[in-house]
Amino acid sequence: MRNTARRVWAFIRELAADNAYERYLAHHQAAHPDMPVLGRRDFYLNEQRRKWSGIQRCC
Amino acid sequence: MLKVIWGLVAIVGAFAVGGLALHRGESINSMWIIVAAGCIYAIGYRFYSAWIAAKVLVADETRVTPAIRLDNGRDFVPTNRWIAFGHHFAAIAGPGPLVGPTLAAQFGYLPGTLWILFGAVLGGCVQDMTVLFLSTRRDGRSLGKMARDEIGAIGGYAAMFGTLMIMIILIAVLGLVVVNAMKHSPWGTSTIFATIPIAVLIGLYMRDIRPGRVLEASLLGVTLLLLAVVGGGLVDKHEVLRQFFDFDGKPLAWFVIIYGFTAAVLPVWLLLAPRDYLSTFLKLGTIALLAVAVVVMSPDLKMPAVTQFTDGSGPIFGGKLFPFVFITIACGAISGFHALVASGTTPKLIMNERDVRMIGYGSMALESAVALMAMIAVTLLDPGVYFAINAPPGVVGATAAAAVETISSWGFPVSAEQMHALAQEMGEATLFARTGGAPSLAVGMASLLSSAFGKSLMALWYHFAIMFEAVFILTTLDAGTRVGRFMVQDFLGHIWKPLGETSWYPSVLLSSALIVAGWGYFLYIGVIDPNGGINILWPLFGISNQVLAAIALSIVTGILVKQGNLRHAWVSALPLAWLAIVTTTASWQKVFSPDVRIGFLSAADQLAEKLAAGSLPAQAADVAPQLIFNQRLDAVLVVVFAVILWIVIADTVRICWRVAKGYPVLPGSEAPATAGAFEARAT
Repeated sequence: MRNTARRVWAFIRELAADNAYERYLAHHQAAHPDMPVLGRRDFYLNEQRRKWSGIQRCC
Repeated sequence: MLKVIWGLVAIVGAFAVGGLALHRGESINSMWIIVAAGCIYAIGYRFYSAWIAAKVLVADETRVTPAIRLDNGRDFVPTNRWIAFGHHFAAIAGPGPLVGPTLAAQFGYLPGTLWILFGAVLGGCVQDMTVLFLSTRRDGRSLGKMARDEIGAIGGYAAMFGTLMIMIILIAVLGLVVVNAMKHSPWGTSTIFATIPIAVLIGLYMRDIRPGRVLEASLLGVTLLLLAVVGGGLVDKHEVLRQFFDFDGKPLAWFVIIYGFTAAVLPVWLLLAPRDYLSTFLKLGTIALLAVAVVVMSPDLKMPAVTQFTDGSGPIFGGKLFPFVFITIACGAISGFHALVASGTTPKLIMNERDVRMIGYGSMALESAVALMAMIAVTLLDPGVYFAINAPPGVVGATAAAAVETISSWGFPVSAEQMHALAQEMGEATLFARTGGAPSLAVGMASLLSSAFGKSLMALWYHFAIMFEAVFILTTLDAGTRVGRFMVQDFLGHIWKPLGETSWYPSVLLSSALIVAGWGYFLYIGVIDPNGGINILWPLFGISNQVLAAIALSIVTGILVKQGNLRHAWVSALPLAWLAIVTTTASWQKVFSPDVRIGFLSAADQLAEKLAAGSLPAQAADVAPQLIFNQRLDAVLVVVFAVILWIVIADTVRICWRVAKGYPVLPGSEAPATAGAFEARAT
């Protein structure tokens, strides 16, 4: 029961990109740990700029 | 055993479709539509999409996808297929599938319903799925880039130009829908105004107070939006306050234009991004709510299966059933715009090629279901009420008495008292001639939701529905203006280099102004048009969207043929042929029809004659020159769309012919398969 609840919560977080920063940190750790890492705020702002440079929403 | 179950699904589906098609009489229960849809989507998904994946696209689950190969933790991210499905669906589902069916209901519930069902299963879902697959095989390249790589430069530029044009028309028509929903509605207007500071507040929260905490910020924002709906009611009841929010169409159009420009030049984190988070939450929540209400209540549909307006005399838009039902309902059956999201964003999330089926085909089937819900929500209204809300004063007369008389004379009885009582129940001053689709859909949704979740709150539900529609229309408007701005900057960069720099402020201002001027013009003309503007702009939008779909299907067909899969190319060629017939016929009629309610040129000529003869009332004579110019411009635009379409088709046919003759063609641009696929995926 608690396990299911946790998985649902994790699913919702990922769907909403609430865990984007954690995912970035994990990727960063795995791929290039020697490079400087972005803070939460800078990462968020960068992501928004990247995301809204292309077609994201339809009619 | 499985075979027996699928056999049963097929039989039940056939029975439900047959029942729908043959039913004539007072009313029909919406359960017929729900069952027919469920069976058709299930069969389409289980058999057709599986067959396309296996035989036509030859999806290979051992092949490494770009999300894995190019994983950068940002846009290329291998994503669980349910999450990717959610993202893709949220991206493709906009206001289109709500508005189109609402307008097409003037033909009765049956034509639109059948087109939504079969158009999606055989056309829209196939387009989305094949484009998604081909783009996944090409590292997530955009539709325009794929066209240039595989077909040639001409097809590529036509696709890009078509995208820009459809964006301008789309934003104009959606802006008009919002303006018409706000017109003389202090409750609606104050609520929609309030969404702007709420979005800014959430933007600041996500940047400075709790950076990147999307969920809690969205939850806070949605709560504030719901409070804004309640607050709008208080404003409406306040004698003085309500006057500040009681506007004519023109100032509201200016508001939308200035808003669109501001949203396009401000940094995205301040307005666009937070608004999008809120609208996505609202969208998914409301769609789920609506689905529960439709299934639980399964209301009776009062609209006839087919109305007399299939002959082309419809009050909401002119034109016969063929081709105009297929133009009016674009999103929900097949939408070219989806090809832009399916190539670009979503392919970079695909973890395994076998997921393409669920994400591409499945999301579109779900969007089609949303369109059906909209169809149910408006056809459960009394047809008289439906027409009274949606028919423009230019057709039914400017006064309530004239309107009810005209509409009742069509065989759809409605009285001024009934409309007045309904307006009061919804907390609006009037519901006559509230064109654009949003108000009638909101009335339908309010009746549905209030009967399922609390009857006393009718006015709240109505304005909740209006706010819901407005929030994601404005999101589309922001996002579309911004994308249009990038396209213009890209283009201007070829003329003078600094103009192409996306962060150079003079260029940002200039290109944003160009885009906003483009759609703002059509929006403004739509607002001053006594026929409501929707009857001109929506068909224009439908044609442009279907042309884009046809371009996407052309590219898919060309690639399939190049890959030696001529035998299966009908999968995309058949819907392409249908769209080519539909859009070409519609374009021809929109330009050349002698019927002034259909043909742009004849309408312009007639108005010019009246103006010259001095037979127009003073107010109409003032705007006549603009309307005449606009109708001629619209005619040119439609011709441009048709020419673009046929250029792309001709280019594709040329490629197919060269392949058949064994002449050289551009090399395929598929990224090579990498070895060790399975191991890479497992980690």
